[in-house]
Amino acid sequence: MARREITLNVNGVEHTLELDTRTTLLDLLRERLGLTGSKKGCDHGQCGACTVLVDGLRVNSCLALAVSHDGAAVTSIEGLAENGGLHPLQRSFIEHDAFQCGYCTPGQVCSAVGMLDEVERGWASHVTGDLTAPVALDDDEIRERMSGNICRCGAYVNIVPAIRAAAE
Amino acid sequence: MREFAYARAGDQSEALAEIDGDATFLAGGTNLVDLMKLGVETPARLVDIRRLPGSIDDTGDGGLRIGASVPNSVVAADSRVRERYPFVAQALLSGASGQLRNLATTGGNLLQRTRCVYFMDVTKPCNKREPGSGCPALEGDHENLAILGWSEACVATHPSDFAVPLAALDAQVHVLGIGGARVVALTDLHRLPGDDPSRDTVLEPGELVTAVELPPLPFARRSGYRKVRERASFSFALVSVAAALDTDGGTVREARLALGGVAHKPWRCLTAEDALRGARATAESFARAADAELAAARPLRDNGHKVPIARNAITTLLLDLAERP
Repeated sequence: MARREITLNVNGVEHTLELDTRTTLLDLLRERLGLTGSKKGCDHGQCGACTVLVDGLRVNSCLALAVSHDGAAVTSIEGLAENGGLHPLQRSFIEHDAFQCGYCTPGQVCSAVGMLDEVERGWASHVTGDLTAPVALDDDEIRERMSGNICRCGAYVNIVPAIRAAAE
Repeated sequence: MREFAYARAGDQSEALAEIDGDATFLAGGTNLVDLMKLGVETPARLVDIRRLPGSIDDTGDGGLRIGASVPNSVVAADSRVRERYPFVAQALLSGASGQLRNLATTGGNLLQRTRCVYFMDVTKPCNKREPGSGCPALEGDHENLAILGWSEACVATHPSDFAVPLAALDAQVHVLGIGGARVVALTDLHRLPGDDPSRDTVLEPGELVTAVELPPLPFARRSGYRKVRERASFSFALVSVAAALDTDGGTVREARLALGGVAHKPWRCLTAEDALRGARATAESFARAADAELAAARPLRDNGHKVPIARNAITTLLLDLAERP
């Protein structure tokens, strides 16, 4: 079996691990580090349940080979809370009842954190009318930007307000 | 997934030194890793080029040169791309999801494989995956497959949005191989299937895409990308159109037009462009130009809808552009 050693900073903690080259970031988090918040939904980059932040950018951890991200800083849902308090997006999801079964929620929250940072950087989206104007984050923008996260319970009606409230 | 050895290239020459017949380049991995999980791709070794240096640079004449490793999200966000080539930014933003665009790269986007369901399913015959095994799509599930340029061997479509405005722009693809560097026109990069659909592009084994160059095209500031799909977001195109329009009063001086989702390659519409040159900028002449291009269409049993969708998308996009200041 082909193996490699890599070093990753996960939620602020440095880990050096020897792993099968086939290991995805998602499997590394769940199977090697016991961080089971990130979920394996489709395992093909289509559902978003595995979304984490890698060097600050949201990605599908199921399609990211761990060996290719040697040296990266990964933030998963377990790393969002700070000083014992939940992240504002986590609080907002609770306040708005933005889930039913909760399986997609860690991916939704991590994706929303990355998405709001993209808005902060001025990145346009498919529904942005003027590509050169500042982004106004209305509900259509939130829906388009979050389209990589599927909720099979259909909690979108509360997910959108939860994100909108946290953004304000 | 088949076991594979792994090597990371620090620069282009290392990448070329590492590549051989058993190896495949790995960039963002959003398509390759997926295909490896499905057993469609079974490389014995990966040469990781994801972290090769890459940037977006002015070419000095108003054009831009985009490094192959620059992520799709970074290209779409670049202020020069948004101002000079809005249809390029729009095409990228209409593709995949935010998470995938952060991983997917410029070179990888162009070299992604078809999403034809038979190609993706190793239990089915497919001439692209297994030459000579047959094409079940001809008589099977082909609603989303080709209407132009297909062959009896393959009716797959190229899935990229990004490549469509690049075809309209006459973008140039910079390639590096053991034999040296060469430049391939984007419109020549992808092949029609003919009797060898296993080859998506004209690249030789081991050749590396290093950059994509967007030539200056001042009237591309008035350009757009329209994508027709089965849901509002995160879905491949049934048909997409990239267009740039230059008008003088009510007359078309020049137009650039390409279609996505209709063929084995991004479909540059030279016939329509000829019909548009000097024509009145009206719905009637735009529809006539679309008809001239689509006269070559040969729809399959279940995808005839793509012809009127393409006609309408071309006409309405050109009208939108004509009405812009």
